[in-house]
Amino acid sequence: MSLRGKAAIVGAALAGCGEAHGKTSMEITIEAAHGALADAGVPLEQVDAIATCQPLDMLSGLSLAQELGLNPKFTMNNRMGGSSFLSHTLWAAMLLELRLADTVLICYGSNQRTASGKLMTALGLPTYEAPYKPMFPLSSYALAADRHMTQFGTTREQLADVAVAARAWAQKNPEAFVRDPLTREDVIASRLVSDPLRVRDCCLVTDGGGALVMRRAETAKDHPNSPVYLLGGGEGTTHRDISEMADLTTTGAAQSGSAAMEMAGVKPSDIDVVQLYDAFTINVILFLEDLGFCKKGEGGAFVANGGIAPGGHLPVNTNGGGLSCVHPGMYGIFTLVEAVRQLRGEAGDRQIDGAELAVAHGNGGVLSSQVTNILGGAATL
Amino acid sequence: MSGIVQGPGPDAVFASQLADGVFEIQKCGNCGTHVFHPRVICTACGSADLKWVAPSGRGTVYARTIIRRKPEKGGDYNVVLVDLDEGVRMMSRVDGIENDEIAAGLKVSATIGEGPDGAPAVVFRPEGDTP
Repeated sequence: MSLRGKAAIVGAALAGCGEAHGKTSMEITIEAAHGALADAGVPLEQVDAIATCQPLDMLSGLSLAQELGLNPKFTMNNRMGGSSFLSHTLWAAMLLELRLADTVLICYGSNQRTASGKLMTALGLPTYEAPYKPMFPLSSYALAADRHMTQFGTTREQLADVAVAARAWAQKNPEAFVRDPLTREDVIASRLVSDPLRVRDCCLVTDGGGALVMRRAETAKDHPNSPVYLLGGGEGTTHRDISEMADLTTTGAAQSGSAAMEMAGVKPSDIDVVQLYDAFTINVILFLEDLGFCKKGEGGAFVANGGIAPGGHLPVNTNGGGLSCVHPGMYGIFTLVEAVRQLRGEAGDRQIDGAELAVAHGNGGVLSSQVTNILGGAATL
Repeated sequence: MSGIVQGPGPDAVFASQLADGVFEIQKCGNCGTHVFHPRVICTACGSADLKWVAPSGRGTVYARTIIRRKPEKGGDYNVVLVDLDEGVRMMSRVDGIENDEIAAGLKVSATIGEGPDGAPAVVFRPEGDTP
């Protein structure tokens, strides 16, 4: 038995992206949920399973049920950081396929920019790292970048080109938060924070929310918009603290990606468009390698000189990513919403012609949790 | 369950030893694997027969970052991951060397230094360098 094509995303929406003055995280979440239900043409009372994960509310699944006024059959609150939502879709597909639920709502929202101006997190420094005062989470990614540069000769310029590509995509997306021109030189001249990472290697701090509605494939066509089918999914959890990561150059995306592609029956060269959780520039290089889009150690060359920018050999983070579009703390759900838009052909100036197969990939913790979803349009079933 | 002992857990034992100026890691009595950070069971074989042993103190820098901080706030400082010769990795700091001279591959030796709050912490110095 496989989950391939058994469930579909029938509604998707964003809310409060950029700055949502005067709104709480849950209010942004509910705005996104309201939008996704409207997009799906599904009345609220049909929702019988919900999923969320929010940074500061340990019981956010319960808060979500309360705010929606629902008494769901299942409340998923699995907390793996920014990858959580790509896990929620897998659990949603299981509930739907087993007919334990009929309509699953997955949503997220955060007001971290207008509320605090920085990453809001309930996490403290790990016991065996705290005495050395690493910046959380930045220094963990800096250590991974340093190791990748040492081991494979990845260059400062190649890291910069990830940010430059994200900005070029953002310039095609009217919803992106930062759309000013950005050059490789700008990135390399930006303020050094935790070597080798500079300010422009780091994701934005914005507000924003996103939501999805999922139903069984057999009823997925009964909605206003084209269904986007979940063709494959997989997870990989390798550690929680960066000092416990066995190999800083290989993430759990190697496991999650191969599991997802095996379920979907596709290979990396089949994929039309890729959405990766780019909390920092090094993430994109690591995930492209681990997901099999290039060989280990060749990610730097792969992204260099516009390789993943508009007109490059692989379109990556077509919304502008967490680096230039939106990053309200847990970006995972935005990889899914952008994949849906691309597969529906709704992506405007940044639309990839004929996009049929998409990868959405989430990262949680400090390269700790990796979750991959393969999504496709009707032609891929 | 054999090996599970009454009394303080591995974290408390480690902290207590460190407070006395002693740095020890664990070694599995069943499979011989060294373990750090301190744990209840061996991550290689699952055995609870973990014993405290003194490591050689020798290690190699695996990765490093320099956190950039204004001079009036204390200036720049390094954070490293060190692979001990026993096969375990830990986060730490290298003292006694310019930050820019620290790179993966640097041979280092463990010593008991100070964390930011003045409490004892395991830190490293370049091999052959005596504090």
